[in-house]
Amino acid sequence: MRVSEHPILGALPEAESVTIYFDGQPIPARAGEPIAAALMNAGIRAFRTTAKRHEPRGIFCAIGRCTDCMMIVDGVPNTRTCVTLVRDGMQVETQHGLAAMRTEEDKA
Amino acid sequence: MREITTDIAVIGAGSAGLSAAYQAASAGADVLVIDENHLPGGQLFKQIHKFFGSRAHQAGTRGFQIGQELLERVQKSGARVWLDTLVYGIERDCSLGVIHDGAHYVVRAKKVIVATGAKENYMAFPGSTLPGVMGAGAAQTMVNVNRVLPGKRVVMLGSGNVGLIVSYQLMQAGADVVALVEAAPEIGGYAVHAGKLRRAGVPILVGHTITRVTGDGQVERVEIAQVDKQFNPIPGTERVLEADTVCLAVGLNPMTELVWMAGCKFCFIPAFGGHVPMHDGNMETTVPGLYVAGDVTGVEEASSAMEEGNLAGVCAAHALGLLTDEQAADKKAEINARLDALRAGLFGERRRTAKQQQLDAMQAEQGGNDHVG
Repeated sequence: MRVSEHPILGALPEAESVTIYFDGQPIPARAGEPIAAALMNAGIRAFRTTAKRHEPRGIFCAIGRCTDCMMIVDGVPNTRTCVTLVRDGMQVETQHGLAAMRTEEDKA
Repeated sequence: MREITTDIAVIGAGSAGLSAAYQAASAGADVLVIDENHLPGGQLFKQIHKFFGSRAHQAGTRGFQIGQELLERVQKSGARVWLDTLVYGIERDCSLGVIHDGAHYVVRAKKVIVATGAKENYMAFPGSTLPGVMGAGAAQTMVNVNRVLPGKRVVMLGSGNVGLIVSYQLMQAGADVVALVEAAPEIGGYAVHAGKLRRAGVPILVGHTITRVTGDGQVERVEIAQVDKQFNPIPGTERVLEADTVCLAVGLNPMTELVWMAGCKFCFIPAFGGHVPMHDGNMETTVPGLYVAGDVTGVEEASSAMEEGNLAGVCAAHALGLLTDEQAADKKAEINARLDALRAGLFGERRRTAKQQQLDAMQAEQGGNDHVG
């Protein structure tokens, strides 16, 4: 839910609206905001599941430290969605477990 | 791999780092500030409450306005600021491994100031990993910076200033704070912040803790209970609150990874959030040329972080010969007087004692040399 009016900060400043895709579903976002904020605004709270117990995880620290908000973003796993900004057309997917370690051949 | 040389590299563009950069660049140093985030200011821009202290500490001004002014001063000072830039490592000679704009750099600076700040503590209880349980600072970032409500009904755990202030700010943004739960028998933070919550009708439950959180894939119910003098929950006192969000305001710990990596010696000071780097009165660590400032030296608050940043910036510039002994002494005296004022009084005393302990540890480490400052 958006904080559109705020007693100290005033009205929400205008921002270009863009669309990101969460597991294929379109989500409206404000240009310049982190992916996690757009998902939170859309009411999405589970961002990934854990490797061993397959439990859901969401935002914890929101400053890029805890890695609880990692998702697959435009095909790149382990992306911290709280510090990665949205881009129009971005594909954001729920991440299950950890991504496979990249080999030197993959990087080449 | 490209190599960059500079007089002073500052890691972290928050309260301490920006202050250090301003002082050093104003003294004529070539300064490079590096920060991982896409915006400078660290955590200042989510502080929408008025700061405390004296006029010298901009009391009565809101945190984000202080951040804006600091940023403008830094921009005018000539310091370079690299954002979206990661410092992934530091060598024993204080050269930095940096990724900037997709490219790998080695930054070699004559002096390095680490101002990496702190991160929030976690507290484990059944259900504490459910989506909807988050740091109080995370919720604060979401409402004040990203302008998104993390939930509608919030239970806050911890009554220090972070817990009190963020509860109020969540209400300002339109959420209900169902309860503020505190295990200690008394409220931890300032009475003025607690008073605002009380007047708004938020129950502040001291002598209570969260025993578990339940819900189907996210927070739905929060079970709280009274605690005994050993902080153990008292069976039979449990009750359940309907809530969709739990915020943990249970302290912070310094982000010391780079300082450890550089080989600095540490001391353990619980009042400062755990292991903190030893430093002298010039903010220099046991590694010559490596300075620290702000919450990385021990968790305090933004005003102290700015003053420690000022001190580190002045001392690093002085060490490079950019300030005369007299100029440096004058500036240091002014800054130290302001720091002393911030570490005075009922709430400041604990921090003053902790800082003295840290300085004493450094002195002992350096062989009892009685000239520290």
